[in-house]
Amino acid sequence: MNLETLQREMAAAVMAPLTADEDMRSHAPDGRPMSEVAAQFIAPNSRLTPFERLEIYNRQYWFRVLNALAEDFPALRAVIGARAFEALSIDYLIAHPSRSFSLRNLGSMLPEWLVAHPEFCTRRHRLALDVAKVEWAFVEAFDNAERTPLTLDQIATLDAHSRLGLQPHLQLLVLEYASDNLVLSLHKEHMKGASEAGVKQEDGPIAPVQLPRLRRRSTWVAAHRLENAVYYRRLEREEFLTLAALRDGATLGDALEAGLAQSSKPGSRQPALVQSWFTQWAALRWICAQDIESLLNN
Amino acid sequence: MSRNRFNAYQDHGIGIGLRIPHYRHIFSRKPVVDWFEIISENFMCDAGRPLAVLDDILEQYRVVQHGVSMYFGSATAPDPEHLKRLKTLVRRTNTPWLSDHLCWGSVDGTYTHDLLPLPYTWEAIERTVERVRMVQDYLEIPIAVENVSSYAAFTDSQMTEWEFLTEVVERADCGILLDVNNIYVSAMNHEFDPLDYVNTVPAHRVAQIHIAGHSKYEKYILDTHDHPVIDPVWDLYARAIERCGPTPTLLEWDEHIPTFDEVHNEAKKAQRYLDKHAGVLAESAQ
Ligand SMILES: [Fe+2]
Repeated sequence: MNLETLQREMAAAVMAPLTADEDMRSHAPDGRPMSEVAAQFIAPNSRLTPFERLEIYNRQYWFRVLNALAEDFPALRAVIGARAFEALSIDYLIAHPSRSFSLRNLGSMLPEWLVAHPEFCTRRHRLALDVAKVEWAFVEAFDNAERTPLTLDQIATLDAHSRLGLQPHLQLLVLEYASDNLVLSLHKEHMKGASEAGVKQEDGPIAPVQLPRLRRRSTWVAAHRLENAVYYRRLEREEFLTLAALRDGATLGDALEAGLAQSSKPGSRQPALVQSWFTQWAALRWICAQDIESLLNN
Repeated sequence: MSRNRFNAYQDHGIGIGLRIPHYRHIFSRKPVVDWFEIISENFMCDAGRPLAVLDDILEQYRVVQHGVSMYFGSATAPDPEHLKRLKTLVRRTNTPWLSDHLCWGSVDGTYTHDLLPLPYTWEAIERTVERVRMVQDYLEIPIAVENVSSYAAFTDSQMTEWEFLTEVVERADCGILLDVNNIYVSAMNHEFDPLDYVNTVPAHRVAQIHIAGHSKYEKYILDTHDHPVIDPVWDLYARAIERCGPTPTLLEWDEHIPTFDEVHNEAKKAQRYLDKHAGVLAESAQ
């Protein structure tokens, strides 16, 4: 068997889901008996069959990726319960195995994937979507790039035709609940690390946590980083829409129009409002010059 | 002997892995440590706290980079983005050499994030050598490849692991990060004598040594990095030092991480073997 074929075969086997008892399955996803698959390329020793040797790697793979995902989504895990979270994680990782050298990106598709997968969190699906978004925004805000921000003086020179960039670590979120607060209360702030060892971590509580009664209430949030700490900041709807339009490449004039078009705020108060946004955005270092890539696209 | 072109002629002494649970201790107590080994992947981000912490460490300590996902033995080519980020980090840390594993772990752009063993074949040697040379040329610093712990052997293998390792490092002209715990774990799992391994690796290429603890199960040993170093592994370390001379040594502890002092004290046990070796040398010089 050439090296590439061997690696494809072995990776497929190692990444195949385990049984409920965390053993290797008797059959490969394509229906072949796993003992035959293993014996194709793995030799036995005096204590272990090829199947048992391959099973060690199969378990290590799942323990490692499941741990990594659980580390990034502790609040989602608490909201839907550890058992449902594990089932969700397995299905998600089958659909989206890691495509990056870093485990940091493992959960990048989870918020989007979860939209079409309510079966793991029936009663709390909408809330779970919110929580997943908020937690992924934390990961992005934690270590995404920081560009040199524009100063207030520089911002003062802009006109309606100017296009701007936003900090890469700034994440804009529309939520159905005030789930930013919920995540904060469930989040123990921690940093993640990769290691050489793949071992199973101790399990936390299995059942979903008790939650206070949450009412649906549209909430606009910015997750961002300031002096190396991640914060969630509530935005007004108009402010959110303006920032989102700027991020999508609109000119300043168009972005403000998008932000204020359906505003109930009286027109006379709008200039002061806009000015206060820019003062705050400048203090938070959110506004940058447009980056080269979007300049080329426009 | 230990200072060689694969560790930039550095006499680093005894280090430990830089781990998050120890940050508070390190920054508040500023303990004397010969050097820290960092996992490159934990710092290959664009900005934020990981890099701020790293910069603080770099101000006070010597740092060597150790990677877990270069996969020198993967048949499909590495992600250019990975190489680019690694080079950026190398410039930041000024690491005198860089290590990663003699293994594979990704195929067709999908990553297992595990250190999977290679079949010991001529084809695998060619692929791996090509990759090590390419990475070494790109990063412009010495590379050391580390032997991994393994639980499976391949029907295709045509030679022993130490023959394979030797062939790769000679052809790629690179260094070795000799993990004596991994040698012990693999020896138990594959039923060979670990001394045969330590006695035959090209000593002049050993840039660094790893020591660590592991977990023993009924039918196999798992490389878990969650225990002190056991005596048979210290024996292998002693033999390695006898052959290689005093070599930059690093203790790995990744799970159930005890206090900083416990980890550091465990690492410093290596000193007695280094001293013993120095004593033997002094005696023979008289
Ligand atoms: Fe190691």
